[in-house]
Amino acid sequence: MAMTMSEKILARASAKDKVEAGEIVMANIDIAMVHDLTGPLAVKGFEEIGKEKVWDREKVVVPFDHQVPADSIDSANNHILMRKFVKEQKITNFYDVNQGVCHQVLPELGHVRPGEVIVGADSHTCTYGALGTFATGIGSTDMAMVFATGKLWFKVPETIRYEITGDLKENTSAKDLILNIIGNVGADGSTYKACEFVGQTISNFDMSDRMVLSNMTIEMGGKVGLCEADKKTDEYLKGRTDKPYKGFTTDKDASFETIEFDVSNLEPQVACPHHVDNVKPVSEVSKQVDQVFLGSCTNGRIEDMRDAAKILKGNKVADGTRMLVIPASKEVYTQCLDEGLIKIFVDAGALVTNPCCGPCLGGHVGLIGPDEVSLSTSNRNFKGRQGSPEGEVYLSSAKVAAASAIKGEISLPE
Amino acid sequence: MEGKVWKFGNDIDTDVILPGRYLIYNDEENLSKHCMEGLDADFDKKAQKGDIIVGGTNFGCGSSREHAPMAIKGLGISAVVAESFARIFYRNACNIGVPLVEAPGITEKVFEGEKINIDLENGIIKTESGEEVEFKKLPPFMLNILNTGGLIPWIKNNPDL
Repeated sequence: MAMTMSEKILARASAKDKVEAGEIVMANIDIAMVHDLTGPLAVKGFEEIGKEKVWDREKVVVPFDHQVPADSIDSANNHILMRKFVKEQKITNFYDVNQGVCHQVLPELGHVRPGEVIVGADSHTCTYGALGTFATGIGSTDMAMVFATGKLWFKVPETIRYEITGDLKENTSAKDLILNIIGNVGADGSTYKACEFVGQTISNFDMSDRMVLSNMTIEMGGKVGLCEADKKTDEYLKGRTDKPYKGFTTDKDASFETIEFDVSNLEPQVACPHHVDNVKPVSEVSKQVDQVFLGSCTNGRIEDMRDAAKILKGNKVADGTRMLVIPASKEVYTQCLDEGLIKIFVDAGALVTNPCCGPCLGGHVGLIGPDEVSLSTSNRNFKGRQGSPEGEVYLSSAKVAAASAIKGEISLPE
Repeated sequence: MEGKVWKFGNDIDTDVILPGRYLIYNDEENLSKHCMEGLDADFDKKAQKGDIIVGGTNFGCGSSREHAPMAIKGLGISAVVAESFARIFYRNACNIGVPLVEAPGITEKVFEGEKINIDLENGIIKTESGEEVEFKKLPPFMLNILNTGGLIPWIKNNPDL
């Protein structure tokens, strides 16, 4: 029987020959991730279930990233609770406050492989779909079940294939493409669907670009955002994992819907307050910005840092605007240091912090106040997302963010 | 169940249900004090035990934070009715025993402050004016989890997993 990529992965994970959309399966989990904010509730649930040991300590990954280093006694207590759990359970895949954002750290350190099933207690777990992994965000109680049993139930999702053609213009990027897609289909345009990103444009994309698309799949309601594993995936994984893996592809005659996008004439895009699907071309938006944030699991990779540094080099962040640069991981931070990018950011007047989620979720550094405007390379602009509910958040690519920091208003990169 | 309606719009995300700065709390009591704070800072004082939240499409979109349905549960909200729900919120609420009712057309049929009656077994909402709105019952698998009191009691009942 013809199957989609998701159906093939879920069939493998539930030890079945075939599964089809709509069916409920109990899948074996390959990797389970919790971080410092969602971990404590998962641990609480796990303790309520009453099992002594997690099902497989080598399959649990615990990075700290949301509130690092601890910014309050409450978050320090959460860290203490998680460190104790990790120690008791002898979990070796533990990354304390110095490693970076979970969705950057897991692929970098070899925990993400094509064809596997990953669940994470964080909605942007779908990022790993860029490597052909069935990866999805779950809540803490679902995670408690995974800790206890190594299994989780799934309704096999229907598939939408986003078929992308054309070459991006110089100042546009994968971020502009995904904002454009979300703006078109809407915030619930792919609810419960397995989204696949296919076509020549995607084949040409490197892993960083693919991660941007997969990362933001949740912003249109998608369950997973998949790219087919190919030579570029193998290249990325070389030296990161030594475990064998097998990627899957969707059969041509499997059941799916196709939505086509041509990116040839795409202009840089910006998502306006307070919804991610409120997307406009940058050329149509005029807005002064108080804060620019470059970073997050969406656009905090070395490619984004390079894009921004190229524009910022020899320039200054505008008076009245502050810029926050947060490399997504220790690896990205180190690369920035080696390539001299940190100096470019600091010379331009930007503030560079340790790898963490930063102001993305409005819980830690760089919150905005009432009537302030943030332009952010992250993934959500919900009301109050980065601090005050009276503030405004716009979302853009790294290039638009850097150009806007220099001008002090939302601007096109030149 | 019967309760007073609090109406909200489309795309109510989990950030407005429970803003990120309160994710440091892990208990329903503390979380409930900030329930819906992104839209109405005094919601926790206005809402009464047993009240019902009615939302538009894509209710609960965004972050996977279970703190959001926990805040709703902590406040004593008896059910959330919406035109449609986002996927992770739907699971999370069911897992901690908060009944969710997907009832397309509901926002046009109820007004804020009215008392509605929800019959979960038969899939019917009765409005104050006596109008009946049918809704799709939960899939049996999820209804079983909800009726057992949530996912953790359900796991305890299924030790063979």
